[in-house]
Amino acid sequence: MKAAPFDYVRVSSLDELGELAAAYGDDAQVIAGGQSLVPAMAMRMARPKLLLDLCDLPGLADIRLTPEGLEIGAMVRYFELAASPLVAAHAPLVSAAVPLIAHEAIRSRGTLGGNLAHADPASEMPAVMLALGAVITIAGSNGARRIPAAEFFIGTYETALRPGEIITAITLPAAPVGRRGAIDEVVRRSGDYAAVGAAFAIDLEGETVAGARLAFFAVCERAVLAEKAAAALCGQRLGHVDPAPVLDALAEEITPVADLHNRAETKRHLMKVLAGRLLQRLLSGEKSTHG
Amino acid sequence: MLKPDPSKPLDGAYVGQPVPRENARRLSQGRGRYVDDIAFRNLAHVAFVRSPHAHARILSIDTDAARALPGVVDVVTGEDLKGLCAPWVGVLAHFPGLKSAEQYPLAVEVARWHGEPVVAVVGESRALAEDGADLVEVAWEELPAVVDAQAALAGDAPAIHPELGDNRAFRLEVGQGDTASAFAEAAVIAEEEFRFGRHTGLTLEPRSIVADFDPSLRQMTVHHSTQTPFQMQDVLARHFGLEEGNVRVIAPDVGGSFGLKLHVYGEEMAACALSIRLGRPVKFIADRLEAFQTDIHARDHRVKARMALSQNGEILAMEVDDLTGIGPYSVYPRTSAVEGNQAIRLMGGPYRMPNYRGELNIVFQNKTPMCQYRAVGHPIACAVTEGLLDKGARALKLDPLAVRQRNVVTADMYPHTSPTGYVFERLSHEECIASLASLMDYERLRREQAEARQRGVYRGIGLATFIEITNPGPAFYGVGGARISAQDGCVMKMEPSGDIRVMVSVTEQGQGTETIMAQVAATHLGVPLDRVSVYTGDTQTSPYGGATWASRGAGIGGPAVMKTALALKANLLETAAVILQAEAEDLDIRGGAVVNRGDGTQRMKLAELGRIAYFRPDTLPSDFHPEMTAARHYVPQGYPFAFTNGIQASHLEVDVETGLVRLLDHWVVEDCGKVINPLLVEEQIRGGVVQGLGGALFEECLYSPEGQLLCGTMADYLTPMAGEMPDIHMAHVETPTLTSPLGAKGVGEAGTAAAPAAVMNAINDALAPFSAEVTQMPFTPERILTALGKV
Repeated sequence: MKAAPFDYVRVSSLDELGELAAAYGDDAQVIAGGQSLVPAMAMRMARPKLLLDLCDLPGLADIRLTPEGLEIGAMVRYFELAASPLVAAHAPLVSAAVPLIAHEAIRSRGTLGGNLAHADPASEMPAVMLALGAVITIAGSNGARRIPAAEFFIGTYETALRPGEIITAITLPAAPVGRRGAIDEVVRRSGDYAAVGAAFAIDLEGETVAGARLAFFAVCERAVLAEKAAAALCGQRLGHVDPAPVLDALAEEITPVADLHNRAETKRHLMKVLAGRLLQRLLSGEKSTHG
Repeated sequence: MLKPDPSKPLDGAYVGQPVPRENARRLSQGRGRYVDDIAFRNLAHVAFVRSPHAHARILSIDTDAARALPGVVDVVTGEDLKGLCAPWVGVLAHFPGLKSAEQYPLAVEVARWHGEPVVAVVGESRALAEDGADLVEVAWEELPAVVDAQAALAGDAPAIHPELGDNRAFRLEVGQGDTASAFAEAAVIAEEEFRFGRHTGLTLEPRSIVADFDPSLRQMTVHHSTQTPFQMQDVLARHFGLEEGNVRVIAPDVGGSFGLKLHVYGEEMAACALSIRLGRPVKFIADRLEAFQTDIHARDHRVKARMALSQNGEILAMEVDDLTGIGPYSVYPRTSAVEGNQAIRLMGGPYRMPNYRGELNIVFQNKTPMCQYRAVGHPIACAVTEGLLDKGARALKLDPLAVRQRNVVTADMYPHTSPTGYVFERLSHEECIASLASLMDYERLRREQAEARQRGVYRGIGLATFIEITNPGPAFYGVGGARISAQDGCVMKMEPSGDIRVMVSVTEQGQGTETIMAQVAATHLGVPLDRVSVYTGDTQTSPYGGATWASRGAGIGGPAVMKTALALKANLLETAAVILQAEAEDLDIRGGAVVNRGDGTQRMKLAELGRIAYFRPDTLPSDFHPEMTAARHYVPQGYPFAFTNGIQASHLEVDVETGLVRLLDHWVVEDCGKVINPLLVEEQIRGGVVQGLGGALFEECLYSPEGQLLCGTMADYLTPMAGEMPDIHMAHVETPTLTSPLGAKGVGEAGTAAAPAAVMNAINDALAPFSAEVTQMPFTPERILTALGKV
């Protein structure tokens, strides 16, 4: 279990990154926290000839408030997310998600940008980004562009990133007053890949659901928003929620895919159970702790 | 946690005290010295090209590109090593009819499991060896794979070893009495099919070896992460044509073994063959993927069984049909028949069951070889017996605790022989059950369970009575022709300083064997514990013996050390008597000094005795020779095994919507005879329980229908972790075996033996309101949801 030979460069600018990425093409691989890539290399399932490490790129490790919302640099590590008062205040769903991610050692190195670029369908953060309507800032040799998270995740380990591009930042738009959020997952052991997971952001106007973003992970080939289920939830009233139409819509629009331990049918069942429990937690009428 | 009580100084009676494990401080501070930590000059590293198929013929192997890679030292195939290493066959004479095929270090002609080593590549580093392995081209012809054990016996199943005829490796029937009549008379028949998934041992330190052959002397020195240095010395000498005395096996620190580090593996044999071929030390350290693919797997049983019970819950009979798949070979040198043999013989073991029939079928299949792992056969027998007993009790509306009290072999019945021929010297089932009921507050838990159900919370309480085979005698392997010692030896010396050095043939893998031996030596010599050092694991310096497996370290090594300590003490007192011009019987050794036996007055320190004996023997009578060393051996006698017993209980909660199980508490009351060190006994029980819980809830080697191993990392193969483990509460009953002067039996496997059964019964107790049952381990959420009819 030793990686195939590779070269390693800590790039110091986007230009340098672009040049090396262009020169090496598919043989180049960007590394952020390396928590998925390095094990894959050790098992020789990934065999990059050149690793381009982003850790010296300036400006990628900041968390700050901007007029567009909370901006999180791509190289911010999970433990920094968990410790950030800004994140706790403006994106409590992110803070709530971090403890669900793997284990302490992995959270101390893994980065938000690296996680999103890896696009593991069982990963928590892509779903959190969908639920919060994140905007992802991408930089490459042709300059920067910004795309909504909903357009970023395409398939298993597949994103809208083009060759030579990296994520530089993630912007979480300011949440409206009345936002309630929650994340949970079905796992046999703390830190495991989930059998199913869900991250919900629900916006109330008074006691009425005015908007809902119901994101699921570990159900199919990518993190996914259940839009019909969300539509079935909108207009329902706090303390009087009827989950049935929401769960029916959910089962209709998301077709789970089996994993090593669970048949598709099991995942469908668990998805509905989990969604029902999150709706109960968020909308049964009691005050929510997650904004 | 048990700790030495500072208010009660250890005044020499160390046996029975919770002495902390002496090596824990060193190992936990990173000062361990494992095989991989040892530096060798001119070391080469080996990596393997492995079969990507479950069953395939090797058409051709092209090693040219690998050989040409700078840093690659050698590339060899199975054919290349055939002449260096005599093949082995995993059969023993006391399993008549057991068959297996010849094995070589690397696959020859046909690969028979996914991951079987096929080509060995030696490099100047492990990474270079892997680079070379990448360049080896093997042309394969895929053959139909036999994956499912039941399919292995089908008439049209391809034979994995055509020369052996069919895929049946072994068949055995055991029993006594008239089961047919018993079932005809039964008030209730509990019948079930149980399935036990494959799992594996997952040692923290993977399998490791450095083989260092010196061609000038034809001497082989092997540093090996093994439980059994002498067994391996014998194996290496015979299979490589070396003089036994020219083979030295050294087990340095060993990071866990659990039964998987006493089998012969192709990789280790290849490393030895390559060292002979190259005249250089060759290292193999299994990585985690290799461990999953090639460490022996465990369990893999399908058991159809039924139990006949009378109206008042007496067990009248059991009939058991066990089918187990062992992979493509019976593993050498202990065979893969032991687990099945023990499974069908341990059925009903704790109970007064007059009638029994058991049938065992062991079959070949194209999966990783299966062999002995902690609690060999016990979890199978325990789960089947305890599961059927609970099912019968439910049908009869009897309390599970009461039905066990009614059936256990009682104190007045010993010695007692089970229907399968096991003889029990003296067990303590009744006391253990009574102790458990009070330890767990059984009645209160039942009340709370009923209240929780009213709130829609489904908790279950599961009980599992068990017996454990420990201290095996020569009947275990020796009578079958295996050169595996049933006895153990000890050499003990006093040095001039008065310090005691103990060399003993039982070995240490992290469980505290050396501490146990030091306690026994210090107690029976009369010296402070910190003056005793224990050395194990080197065939060149240890007395010959069986080492550590089948829960035999304390029970067989312990009396060997005790006998030696008493012999050395007699020697020392004889010398002291001469020096002091006293009678030896009027003297004693206490606290590291010679004292008057009667009033304890100190006469001389042992260091003074040592000074005179070693440096001034001229002051002693001219015909007197002080004996400062003693050696003794101990053979377990009287019974083939020393059985232990106990009972476990699990309390858990099932989320009936998700199928998730939350373990709330676990209790064990056990009787391992004389407890030498309660701290280490409890460590053994806790560790064993956790491995049992792993088998019950988490661990499973999953295969595709084509025989591809699907879990090669610890993200896919779920091990029990601290966060999900319950508190494990314990109590002890001590029924010393009268066959040994020490009275100690073994304790290494009791935890694993019954934990899965307790969990199964607790889950089924929780699911009782839904009339749902699970009998397939591990009990995954999906299996529980399926039983509940939700998916």
